[in-house]
Amino acid sequence: MATFIDLLLNALVVGILLGGFYAALSIGLAITFGLLDVVNIAHPTILILGAFVAFILNSQVGIDPILAGLIATPFFYGFGWIIYQLYYNSFEKSGETDSLRGLAFFFGLLFIIEVGLIIQFGVDHRLVEAPYIGESANIVIGEDIDVAIPYRLLVAFVVATIATLAIRAYLTRTFFGRAVRAVAQDMMALRLMGVDPIKVKRIAFALGVATAGIGGALMIIVLPIEPSVGRLYIGNVFAIVVLGGLGSISGTLLAAIIIGVAESIVATFFGPSWAPAVSFGILLLVLAVRPEGLFGKTAGGH
Amino acid sequence: MSEPLLKIEGVSKHFGGFTALNNVTTFVKPGERFGLIGPNGSGKTTMINCVSGLLRNEEGKIIFDGKDVTGEKPHQRTAAGIARSFQIPRPFHTMSVIENLMIPSEFVGHHRGEKFNDRADGMEILETMGMADKADDPTTDLTQIELRKLELARAMAAKPKLLISDEAMAGLTGQEVDEVIDILFAMNERGITIIMIEHIMRAVMRFSQRIICLDAGQLIAEGTPEEIVKNKDVERAYLGSDDG
Amino acid sequence: MKYLFEIVCLLLLVLAFASTQVIGNQFVFFVGFVILQYVVMATAWNILGGYAGYVNFGSAGFLAVGAYTSVALINFLGVGLIEQFIFGGVIAGLLGLGTGYLTLRLRGVYFAIATLALAIILETIVAHWGYVGGAAGTSILPARKPELLGILIVDRKAGVFGNYKEFLFFLMAGVAIGSVWVARWIERSKLGRGLNAIKDSEEAAECMGVPTLRLKLYATTISGAMMGVAGAPLASYLTFIDPLSAFNLEYAVNAIAMPMIGGTVSWIGPVIGAILLGGAQQWASLFISSELNLLIVGVLLVVFVIIAPGGIVGWFKKSR
Repeated sequence: MATFIDLLLNALVVGILLGGFYAALSIGLAITFGLLDVVNIAHPTILILGAFVAFILNSQVGIDPILAGLIATPFFYGFGWIIYQLYYNSFEKSGETDSLRGLAFFFGLLFIIEVGLIIQFGVDHRLVEAPYIGESANIVIGEDIDVAIPYRLLVAFVVATIATLAIRAYLTRTFFGRAVRAVAQDMMALRLMGVDPIKVKRIAFALGVATAGIGGALMIIVLPIEPSVGRLYIGNVFAIVVLGGLGSISGTLLAAIIIGVAESIVATFFGPSWAPAVSFGILLLVLAVRPEGLFGKTAGGH
Repeated sequence: MSEPLLKIEGVSKHFGGFTALNNVTTFVKPGERFGLIGPNGSGKTTMINCVSGLLRNEEGKIIFDGKDVTGEKPHQRTAAGIARSFQIPRPFHTMSVIENLMIPSEFVGHHRGEKFNDRADGMEILETMGMADKADDPTTDLTQIELRKLELARAMAAKPKLLISDEAMAGLTGQEVDEVIDILFAMNERGITIIMIEHIMRAVMRFSQRIICLDAGQLIAEGTPEEIVKNKDVERAYLGSDDG
Repeated sequence: MKYLFEIVCLLLLVLAFASTQVIGNQFVFFVGFVILQYVVMATAWNILGGYAGYVNFGSAGFLAVGAYTSVALINFLGVGLIEQFIFGGVIAGLLGLGTGYLTLRLRGVYFAIATLALAIILETIVAHWGYVGGAAGTSILPARKPELLGILIVDRKAGVFGNYKEFLFFLMAGVAIGSVWVARWIERSKLGRGLNAIKDSEEAAECMGVPTLRLKLYATTISGAMMGVAGAPLASYLTFIDPLSAFNLEYAVNAIAMPMIGGTVSWIGPVIGAILLGGAQQWASLFISSELNLLIVGVLLVVFVIIAPGGIVGWFKKSR
């Protein structure tokens, strides 16, 4: 019994930490997909790109991965800016959004980034070095029960939570943030306010992609990375964004913790190889049963 | 009085905690020109979505042509004789104008055991609307008024007994509004019952024989155009809302 | 001539058979099989994606279901190739039918994401299913001297086909021709027109008398079954199969890229896309790395969706 409680407790703690980390991975998508309605299915792969930037800066120059993520952020902002401009000119400008082609566009982008990384770095797992990686704090709770908190997860959790809360504050407290949320609801009202909705969308999309700088760095802090794991995160991030209610930042945080705990418990009791099926399973279930998510507006198509 | 073509009996529709339609009961007689008015968000569109089957009403019954169609899907109701146009035109945009009309005539025709008569039916309808010369144009080339006409023409191609025209005139010029009204009158003369949902009061008053007014999901008035104009509740509903 | 298309189909099938008797170079059949498999995949994807507008990101899942149905049947009953094709198609078709019910509530991107989720869940399950090899995979040895109705099919001296590669090539040619015939039939039928209406506006289609759910179920079932058939001989063709190769994203990307590049409106688009892209990939894999080769597919996909929405077929129509 003590072993069971011990396992469960550890799984819960790791799950919550993992959840915070997932929130950082999902927040960018919550903006681009949830608020702007741009289905950036390449988001997880862009995160992998961020992880590789952190890897290069860490292994070549010896910079701390989180600092590396901060340094990369403006570049990802620029990258997102360019992607949106291309997307807008190709699919949104004509008025009717051609979602089929838009999807194929991001699917192709995902593929280009992934294969590009494989060509450059191969399929070996890469990792970063930092003092907090590898160590963990052990908290003894009772006889045979102690909770191990890996510092790498703790760091990821803390940084992720700060980033998520910062973005939340930005979206709710500033004029621009409110404009972004208005884009999701009422384009006309924005025009009347004298704001160019396209400009708002472009900046917001770039912001969403910019989160890949930090998000990617956290990714490689938490686990060693190879280019094709990005695909597995599609389940996580989309499940979280849809479950969180499309664009609600608090919902995203909560959904991320639910997914994190579910995955961690399944991994503890059934083995880590079942973990990918958890988030995709939840995603499928949410889509089929309650497309409006647990916490918000509808996702059921038109 | 003859048996009504459409009976709406105690229909309610909720979206979460919001009540879009609250226990609405009314009827439409065969061959009638029936107007449905109400301020924005009063439940007009919800009501016709319930009638056409795009939404399922949780309470109440919808009886068409003597048959309870409450549980039926939209395509079954179309086959039974209910056709509608959409407020924002939804043409089959990868098809030509005539091909748009051929979809309902092919699919509804099948249900009635008629043989699919390629273009002839559709061309006849287009001619009555003065759009015969556009038959082979892609729908992406059409103007606003032509798109509205296409909505009505496509609904006609389903050979309906009841046609629901959902704000077919919003955004059109005065002359174009008259043109659409004339088309609807012509359809009515051919024996088709028409429900007109409209914001343009001049149009709905001129067209309708009988009008009902919805406000906040409730039926608040029913009567001839003259009676509706004088009705205090209707006046309050419109003045009380922003878009009076 | 009324049956010109059917006659051409038959001639192509005869040609495929003749080539197995005449051509000695086995590389031709090796490459030919892959291209034909892609013709089936692209055609199957397009029935749902191109005609009805429902994007399937999980094509690899359907293909793998076909492949693993074969593996299970070989292990369990030791069945021959023909049966594998049939059962692979049936099981993947049932999966397609199930996917069809997803379209009840999921439109557009949500459907696409759901199909991707489905593929990954299936992959995880197969990777844990020891009976078909689990994550490590399993080797498949074809039956030694397969017979059909008393005729020896594959034997170096006395068989109809000299070896398995030739036999598989011929079977896949038959499947490809059959798939294209079905796709062309759908395109010209009431079903095809109904699916097109669904693609343009599902609500309008439903209100114009189109039984949208039923037609979507037809489309997902037919499309799924075709993909399953394309995957059924994979294990026999590779003589080894593991989840990584069967659920390879490469299939999913190619299944989308080929119709998009060829053109999604008509049956010929996916065929052109599959032959051009499949041929180019096979050719390129001889000279450059397979990764670089896939990179090119990705770039072509992006470039085509941006500059040529109608694909190659659309291009020709415009310039005429």
